[in-house]
Amino acid sequence: MRLYVVKRLAQALGVLWAAYTVSFLVLDYLPGDPVSAMAGAGADTGQVDPAQLAALRHEYGFDKPVLAQYADCLGRAVRGDFGDSVSTGRPVTSTLADALPQTLQLTGAALLLAVALGGGLAVLATYTTLRWLRQLLLSLPPLGVSVPTFWVGLVLVELFSFRTRLFPAFGNDGLRGLVLPAVTLAIPTGALVAQVLAKSLLTALDQAYVETARAKGAGRLRIHLRHALRNASLPALTVVGLLAGQLIAGSVVVETVFSRDGLGRVTAAAVTVQDIPLVQGVVVFGALIFVAANLVVDLVYPLLDPRIVVAATRKVRPA
Amino acid sequence: MTAHPDSRTPRWAALAALVTGSLLLSACSSSDTGTSSGEGGSPKSGGTLTFAVGSDAGCVDPQQVGSNDTIYSLRQVVDSLTDQDPKTGKIVPWLAKSWDISPDTTTFTFHLRSGVTFSDGTPLTAQVVKDNFDAVPKLGALGTLAQGYLSGVESTTAVDPLTVRVKFKQPNAQFLQATATHSLGIESSASARRSPQEKCSKGVVGSGPFVLNGYVQNQSITLAKRAKYAWGSSLWTKQGEAYLDKLVFKVVPEAGVRTGSLQSGQVDAIGSVGRANEAALKGGAVNLRQRANPGVVFNLGLNNSRPLFKDAKIRQAILFAIDRQQIVDAVFPTGTEPATSILAHTTPDYADLGSDLAFDAAKAKSLLDSAGWKAGSDGVRVKDGKKLSLTVKWFANAATNQPALELIQQQLKAVGVEVVLKQLQIAQFSPTLQSGDFDAVWGNVTRADPDILRSSYSTRLANFYHLPATALDTALTQQAATTDTAKRKQLVTQAQQLIVQNAYVVPVVELQTQLGVAKKVHNLDFEASSRIQLHDTWIG
Repeated sequence: MRLYVVKRLAQALGVLWAAYTVSFLVLDYLPGDPVSAMAGAGADTGQVDPAQLAALRHEYGFDKPVLAQYADCLGRAVRGDFGDSVSTGRPVTSTLADALPQTLQLTGAALLLAVALGGGLAVLATYTTLRWLRQLLLSLPPLGVSVPTFWVGLVLVELFSFRTRLFPAFGNDGLRGLVLPAVTLAIPTGALVAQVLAKSLLTALDQAYVETARAKGAGRLRIHLRHALRNASLPALTVVGLLAGQLIAGSVVVETVFSRDGLGRVTAAAVTVQDIPLVQGVVVFGALIFVAANLVVDLVYPLLDPRIVVAATRKVRPA
Repeated sequence: MTAHPDSRTPRWAALAALVTGSLLLSACSSSDTGTSSGEGGSPKSGGTLTFAVGSDAGCVDPQQVGSNDTIYSLRQVVDSLTDQDPKTGKIVPWLAKSWDISPDTTTFTFHLRSGVTFSDGTPLTAQVVKDNFDAVPKLGALGTLAQGYLSGVESTTAVDPLTVRVKFKQPNAQFLQATATHSLGIESSASARRSPQEKCSKGVVGSGPFVLNGYVQNQSITLAKRAKYAWGSSLWTKQGEAYLDKLVFKVVPEAGVRTGSLQSGQVDAIGSVGRANEAALKGGAVNLRQRANPGVVFNLGLNNSRPLFKDAKIRQAILFAIDRQQIVDAVFPTGTEPATSILAHTTPDYADLGSDLAFDAAKAKSLLDSAGWKAGSDGVRVKDGKKLSLTVKWFANAATNQPALELIQQQLKAVGVEVVLKQLQIAQFSPTLQSGDFDAVWGNVTRADPDILRSSYSTRLANFYHLPATALDTALTQQAATTDTAKRKQLVTQAQQLIVQNAYVVPVVELQTQLGVAKKVHNLDFEASSRIQLHDTWIG
């Protein structure tokens, strides 16, 4: 078990390092210069002293060779220092720390909703004996996955804010402001949960152990929830780990539509003005959340199915 | 600029601000659609105005910010030495009661009003103005707009407690108008001495009719009325304090959400209303308010050093081949006007050269014929085995850029000119202009002073478009050195004629700023250089 944990932790760190390095290289390769972007085109009107631009470049360390910049930045990043945002001058870490609670609130609410709605839908669809109802319920997840989040958000705002004024259309204020964005984000996420869970539930219900349980006289509902659901939830759990990434990506759109502050808005803004330190911070931070969520999922697996540790540990040993 | 197309723009400098940012940076002055003043009964005090803008510049220092979405709020926090009449372009008193300009326009002496205080309680003195003007150049690249207005300053002197003198190394007629802008808004001495970063995040102390009360990045800017304010611009109708108690500027990046929020009464006014949102807002309890931005209109900025464009006939053919009215009708918000000069009609000393810019495809074709370019097999003209083709580089700072350029592409195709469109990142704008690596760029520049022509087209300055040295230089230099308004107008007119008739660049369409304002909001008016003033605004 310990080896399994160590291996998963090492993988997680590897992913973080790769995310940092790849984003660094991509940003370095991109045309344009953050200092000129900062100064606006004014830098070229001759109205800004080139010496001042050079001083700014020096201040942010953009004048050093790429490798030196990389080593320098990585060294500081390891210690949790991502430098200052080029556009606001604030430390990247405090910008991210300020935005994080808003995004956690949103993604947390969306994840709960997604699991409840998606899980409920999958269980109901596989449990019902009404053919038409099952067909109907099973047709919902593909629809939920395919509609653009942006469009869903705008439709919800139109219906529940502009027309009925039940919820505010924008802002971060309170629980009422959270409802529409969380539902918007939960729709594609919940649809994925439903799709995977329904499929594995149907597979599980075909298994021999279900027959055995049935022969022993277990009730239909008991078989469905106690036996099949437990086995079927493993693939769905894997999906929840992946959803962490999807939720963060989705927050860029949802936070923009609903004018919420959070990591998604910070990301969109940082990319627009080529705020390199901030973009780097966002990438690594996003990767950190993703890696952490998957690490938790990996560590929970063995609790559901002890065979996983055996398989995973065996693989690392040379034959 | 738009993260979201209509939303964000970084800080741009005088020229640049305008060039790339202008769609985002809306400039506005008195509205063509009539002011809201005087309608709906008698004005009353009190209330909160909620205004939804598309973006947040991430900074609350008017001396550093170039994005109009943020200037809308920050303009209310600082007063300027002078104000500019949006109808006439005339400079009038504000914090300065009067001023003297030396005949060579190198020395400006301002006589300040007494009794003005900043919201930290300190009084306005000549020393405070000096502290501001000494600090602005130190903003460097962080405050290019403000810094540009003060470039070439030799010294600022406090002659006596209420007299301040600014001396420039060269003639600088534009400076008087610059003192009317938000960029040279006066902050308290303590505020001016803070570091640029500190001013950005914590805000500034001004003497304006409103005080910065709260700033949450990407969310909102909140302002409260300054009690006992009594030194408003001479253009304002209300004496003393503002009507409104509170101003809340919400950042709402999505244009559809801004529109719906205004319709449903969740906000009182919105910025950046595009053509797509107009229909939704018409017929409701909303007024659309428009004004063309002063300054250089949207144009194809030709690189005159390209062999193709050394031939005036080709430049002129492009100018005549563009049907400006068709572009306006198809792409831009209602009320937008086709270019009738290189300057927008709201710029002081604008001259109507509409007849020089009339669409004439036949003339374009005959010019190309006489330049030796003959129609090729695919419709594109050819000369010496080379195709008549140019690449236009453009930047995604406005939703209208691409459709406008695609229409231009079709129109030029009709006379045998191939246009290749190349979209670049906004951050590449500067490097592109600087390197000269372009056939043509699409852009505009907002500034309520004709001196913008000198910044953009004088060969003695950056000369991004690689114009040859001609009589244009003389006109541009002389207009910057004269205090005689009639003479300046004549020189500026001459400069406009030289640019348009030689087709050094090809003017296409004026940029128009369009706001949506609830009908219950009165006197929300545009000011001369592009923004709004809310001192006289009331809700009833």
